[in-house]
Amino acid sequence: MPIAVSQRPSLRLLSRSFMAFVLAPENPIANWLAELDLALRRSAGFFADRPVIMDLSRANLSRHDLTQLIADLNSRGIRILGIEGTDPILMDRDFPPRLRCSRVEGDRKMIGGGLDGGSSPELSARPSSLLLEESVRSGQSVVCLTGDVTVVGSVASGADVIAGGSIHIYGTLRGRALAGANGNTDARIFCSRNEAELLAIDGAYRTADDMEANLRRQPIQARLDNGMLMITTV
Amino acid sequence: MVKVLVVTSGKGGVGKTTSTAALGAALAEGGQNVVVVDFDVGLRNLDLVLGAERRVVFDLINVVQGVAKLPQALIRDKRIDTLSLLPASQTRDKDALTEEGVERVIAELREKFDWVICDSPAGIERGAILAMRFADAAVIVTNPEVSSVRDSDRIIGMLDSKTAKAEKGERIEKHLLITRYDAARAARGEMLKIEDVLEILSTPLLGVVPESQDVLRASNLGSPVTLSNKTSAPARAYIAAAKKLKGEEAESAISGSRGLFGKLFGRRAA
Repeated sequence: MPIAVSQRPSLRLLSRSFMAFVLAPENPIANWLAELDLALRRSAGFFADRPVIMDLSRANLSRHDLTQLIADLNSRGIRILGIEGTDPILMDRDFPPRLRCSRVEGDRKMIGGGLDGGSSPELSARPSSLLLEESVRSGQSVVCLTGDVTVVGSVASGADVIAGGSIHIYGTLRGRALAGANGNTDARIFCSRNEAELLAIDGAYRTADDMEANLRRQPIQARLDNGMLMITTV
Repeated sequence: MVKVLVVTSGKGGVGKTTSTAALGAALAEGGQNVVVVDFDVGLRNLDLVLGAERRVVFDLINVVQGVAKLPQALIRDKRIDTLSLLPASQTRDKDALTEEGVERVIAELREKFDWVICDSPAGIERGAILAMRFADAAVIVTNPEVSSVRDSDRIIGMLDSKTAKAEKGERIEKHLLITRYDAARAARGEMLKIEDVLEILSTPLLGVVPESQDVLRASNLGSPVTLSNKTSAPARAYIAAAKKLKGEEAESAISGSRGLFGKLFGRRAA
């Protein structure tokens, strides 16, 4: 009798990076809007169809002011993709989402996803790898979307390493490693000692619970084989 | 040379306040001019551990806000005159602390004392960040237990990114102080071994303070353990740690296998 095997839909953890323009309004807002209008008169429709982020770290705005500002920008054909540099209390449910991926904030080292402004917003694939000669501490997030990440040290429990390419860890991996984050299915993860909480390549992931016991505390490599994450001892 | 030292941990209840008082008292008895500053606004404990709770008039918040001058808030210890306390407020909370205010107070304390020891609150929020912000060196207090170790790792990461020194590109000196260590339990596998903690945290070991009932007794007496019972195991460990902080050679002070711990004291970061 044929047995029906149900396929569990796999949840893929993906991440993308895009170049976006940043508008950083300053008080008094009315003056800033006037300057913006001047620029728009010179090159009309400049922001049409372009992703724009708003950085509020230089402005002092109440929630009401912010609502008004978003409406003002909307009427000028500028749609805000996300807001950074603001107190979470200020955010309304209808506002664009709060962003915290900027290079300046938090414990993230972000390479290859920075905001240049000025140049045309296209995702340029400049392969550039990241070499870290120190351990990654708990709570830190290392992100390099344009290449490999090599850590000459350990990655602590509660830390993330996210790479567009492969990940090489010469110490103990106790945290999470997410390779091929831009859709690179050839990416691999290598570590000298596997005590990982989670391994993922191009979104296909396995948690520590799903790894066989003989893979713990061993040097391993992880790769994608037909969309399945394979982990083997090295 | 003045040293601003922050005693921090991430995890709560591991022995920051106990260690601040013990190390402060040990350094002061050794002739140094020491001030211990309580940064745990709203949940102050350093005054209790030092037995000064009935003499608190002004506190850190008062000084930060300019309501009182620093000499009015400082409380001199009755037993060692080179040890002073700047208590925290109990009625306010961490939001009353401002970075500029803390910077100003620390700068003023630097002029008057050889050591400014900041007792950090638990956590990674504003209070803990302000306590470490202007430090030259840090003592990270850790219990040999998984939660404490992971939280300490987090706080070490923050010492390397959220302090003024780190922002200038300089390295903040870090020392690991393992507290509440029980050699027998570690041997049975109930507790992390010292080597395991060092391997995970990769930070130079300052000392190992054994679990002891003397600590609670001292706390109830309002006396740092290095004053109330100098020959107890924790006191000897703290006194050795204080010597090491000053840069002097300290012989192992842990009761038990001297050979093993002597080897461990010489251990450096991985």
